[in-house]
Amino acid sequence: MNVAFFFEVLIGGLLAGVMYSLVALGFVLIYKASGVFNFAQGAMVFFAALTFVSLVERGVNFWLALVITLAVMVVLGIAIEKVVLRPLVNQPPITLFMATIGLTFVLEGLSQLLWGSQPHGLELGIEDVPMEWLSKATGMNVSQFDLFAAGVAGILVASLALFFQYTRIGRALRAVADDHQAALSVGIPLKHIWAIVWAVAGFVALVAGLMWGVRNGVQFALTFIALKALPVLILGGFESVLGAIVGGLIIGASEKLAEVYLGPYVGGGIEGWFPYVLALVFLLFRPEGLFGEKHIDRV
Amino acid sequence: MLYREAGQFKSSYSEDQQIFPIRQDRIAVVALLLIAYLVMPLVANQYWLTAILTPFLIFALAALGLNILTGYAGQLSLGTAAFMAVGAFMTYNFVLRIPDMPILVSFILAGLCAAAVGIVFGLPSLRIKGFYLAVATLACQFFVLWVLQRVGWFTNNSPSGVIAAQKIVILGYTFDSPVSKYLLTLTIVALMALAAKNLMRSETGRAFMAVRDMDVAAAVIGIRMMHTKLLAFAISSFYCGVAGALFTYCYLGTVEPEAFTLDLSFRILFMIIIGGVGSILGSFLGAAFITLFPIFLNLTTGWLAHTIGIEIPHAAVSNLEVIVFGSLIIFFLIVEPNGLARLWQIGKEKLRLWPFPH
Repeated sequence: MNVAFFFEVLIGGLLAGVMYSLVALGFVLIYKASGVFNFAQGAMVFFAALTFVSLVERGVNFWLALVITLAVMVVLGIAIEKVVLRPLVNQPPITLFMATIGLTFVLEGLSQLLWGSQPHGLELGIEDVPMEWLSKATGMNVSQFDLFAAGVAGILVASLALFFQYTRIGRALRAVADDHQAALSVGIPLKHIWAIVWAVAGFVALVAGLMWGVRNGVQFALTFIALKALPVLILGGFESVLGAIVGGLIIGASEKLAEVYLGPYVGGGIEGWFPYVLALVFLLFRPEGLFGEKHIDRV
Repeated sequence: MLYREAGQFKSSYSEDQQIFPIRQDRIAVVALLLIAYLVMPLVANQYWLTAILTPFLIFALAALGLNILTGYAGQLSLGTAAFMAVGAFMTYNFVLRIPDMPILVSFILAGLCAAAVGIVFGLPSLRIKGFYLAVATLACQFFVLWVLQRVGWFTNNSPSGVIAAQKIVILGYTFDSPVSKYLLTLTIVALMALAAKNLMRSETGRAFMAVRDMDVAAAVIGIRMMHTKLLAFAISSFYCGVAGALFTYCYLGTVEPEAFTLDLSFRILFMIIIGGVGSILGSFLGAAFITLFPIFLNLTTGWLAHTIGIEIPHAAVSNLEVIVFGSLIIFFLIVEPNGLARLWQIGKEKLRLWPFPH
C-alpha cells in the first residue's frame, strides 16, 4: 500500500468531510433551537448559491451580491418562521418535518423559476487545483480549494461559537435550545429567536452554497448534498455543533477510503450508501449519535 | 337524518365487533366496490384506466403499507420505494427463473422477500427512534437501489438495467388489456386493504398502536418490542413489495431501479400525511389526491393559457407546479394536520346531526 496515496485520500476525505459539515451545521442550528428537522436546508443552500451567482452574472459587484443574498436569506428565514412554523407550533415533530419537505419543493421551484434552471459556474478566485509544492515534497495531491473551504468552515464555526457564547442573542439562543418553556418564562421572545436561527441557518446555507458551488457548479444537484449531510448528522448527533464537525470528518474520510480501497471489490459507487451504513453501525452503539443529548424515557 | 346509528341495535358480540358497525358504512363500501368493479370498467376510457385508476390503486396500496409502519406502529420510514423495488425485481426473477411459476404466487413470494429486507433494515428500530430512524431507513433506500443496479442477476444482466414485465397469466387467462389489469389490481388492493383493516383491529394492531403512542409504556405492559416492531416492518414491507410488483406488472410494464428513487418514497409519505396518518381510508384519499393533483394542475394551467391567453413557458409551468405542490402540503399541514381522513370524520359527525346544528 502506497503511504503517500493513503494520506492523500485521507486528507482529501477529511477536507470533503468539512464540506459536509458546513451543510450539516445548518441542520444542527435549527434542530437545536426549535426541534425542527429542517429537510429544506439543501434547498436553502441551492437557493442561496443560485441567487448569489445569478446576481454576480448580472454584473453586481461581488461583495454587494454577497450582502444582497445574505439579506434575502434573512428575509427568507423570517418569512419561513412566520408563514410555516408559527402556525405549526405544538404539532408533533413529524408534521414539522413534512412541512419542511413541502418547503423544499417551494424553494426548489422558486429558485429555478426566478433564476432559470441552467447550471452556473462559480469562481471565488481560488482554483480547485492541487498545491504544487506539496505534491513535489510528498507526492500527495491536496486541492488548495479544499484547504480554503476548511479554513472558511473553521472561521464559521469559531464565529458561531463566539456568537453563541458572548452575545445577548447567543445566550437567548442557547436558552431556547435548552428548554422552550423555561426560555419563554424568563421573557425570551421565542418568535424572534426562531426567526434569527433561521436567518443564521440561511447564512450558513449561503456559505455552504458558495463552497459547494465552486466545487460542483451551481446546479440543481446542489439540493442533494442535504442527503450527504444526513449521515453526518446522525453520526454526530442532531443537537451538537461539534458533532456536525467530527461527524463530517469521520464520514468524509471513511467514505473516500472505502471508495478507494473497498469499492473495486464490490463494483464501485458505494459512496451513495456507505456513509449511511457507517452511521447506522455507529448508532447501534450510541443511539443518539456521538455527541447527541441522551434521552431518558419515562412512562 | 341519513347517517346515524340510532335504531341499529346489536344483539350479539359478532354484530358488535363487525368491521363496519354502521349500516350506512356497509352500504357505502358495497356501493363503492360495485362502482369500482362494474361502473368504472364501462365508463372509464383507456387513459383513465391506465394513467389514473390503476396507479391510484397501486399507490394506495403502497401508502397503506407505509401507513401500517408509520401511522400505526409509529416508525418513520423513508425507504418505501426500496421495498417496492424489491417486490418488483423479485417478482421478475421468480417468474423468469422458475418455470411455470404462477404469477400470484410470485407476487406473494416477492412480497415476502421485501418483508425479509424490511426486517433486516428494521433491526435498528430496536435501538434508535424518531428522526435517527428515519435517516437510518435512508440507508435501506440507497443500499437496495445500489444492489439492484450493480448486481446483474436482479435485472437478468440487462445492460440498461431495465426489466420488462412478463405477461400476467392466471389460470390460462392473460391479463393484457387495461381493463383486466385494472380489475386485477383492484382485487388485490381490495383484499389487502380488507386484511389491513382487520389486522389493525386485532391484538397485533393494538400492539402497534401502543408502541406508537409510547414504546416504553408498551414494553411495561408486556408487549414484546422486538416482535412487534419487526412485525410492523415485515407487514409494511410486504404491502410495499406487492405494490411494487403491481407497479411494474400492471402499470409501467418496463421498469428500472431508478424508478424507485427517494422521490417515490417521499411521494408515498406525502400520501399518508395528506390522507391521514394512522388511517386505512386516509391511504386511499391521500393516494387519490397525489395522483389527481398534478393532472388537475396541468388542466388548470392549460385552461388558463387557453382562456386568458397567458402562455406560460413549459419550464415555468413545471416549476410552478412544484411550488404549488409544496405550498399545498404546508397549507394542508397547517389547516388539517390529521389529513383528509380527519375531514371525513368531521363530515360524518356533522352528518349524524344534520339537519340540526346540535
